[in-house]
Amino acid sequence: MIEVILAILSTVGALSILFASIGILRMPDFYLRLSVTVKASTLGVGLLLICAAIMFPDVSVTTKAIAILFFLVITAPVAAHMIGRAAYFTDTPLWKGTIVDELNGMYNEDTHKLESNPDKIPPTASDNDSNIATTEEETK
Amino acid sequence: MITLEAYFDYVILPILAISVMLVFIRLYRGPAVVDRVIALDLIITIGTGIITVYSIRTNQKVLLDVAIILALIAFLGTVAFAYYIEKQKDD
Repeated sequence: MIEVILAILSTVGALSILFASIGILRMPDFYLRLSVTVKASTLGVGLLLICAAIMFPDVSVTTKAIAILFFLVITAPVAAHMIGRAAYFTDTPLWKGTIVDELNGMYNEDTHKLESNPDKIPPTASDNDSNIATTEEETK
Repeated sequence: MITLEAYFDYVILPILAISVMLVFIRLYRGPAVVDRVIALDLIITIGTGIITVYSIRTNQKVLLDVAIILALIAFLGTVAFAYYIEKQKDD
């Protein structure tokens, strides 16, 4: 019985990691790649860690696996947010099929602060040309 | 009847190995630095999963300590890269 549970959990985990890696290879721009990989890989590794927690009949191993899982769930979104923010500031182009870029002109380029009112941002600091790529090759 | 050990050896670990290879293509191709950073982060995260499966397979629970360290390094590396890429833009 416990072997069936382990087999199911590890299969789902390994497949979601596989989908994350296919996603990072096939998605058309950086932001889509980021949103695909972080969630799917956290789910996959989390399921594999739950496998380890079930497998070993030992409290110390279960605690350790749950600690890794907790740490992963806490830190993965923080790291993804920081790298996405850095990518937006360094003018990484968006995919050419992007419909709306709501952050365009909302960031003060000197202080890196986000404003909800675009009038508060000095006009010299905010350029109005959006960063959407014109060709598919730019983001590929 | 397939044993769980054979299933881990011939299904789960190969799937994870193929995943690392696919991510490595993205690490090689780029095009921006940030793409490489998330590819590296994903490789380390998958490495955590591979270590976990390997520790189940070989029944050695000590290997889970390595997984803790790797998860920590993945987070610190990504945050440091993000911090310095953002700083570099200002100069």
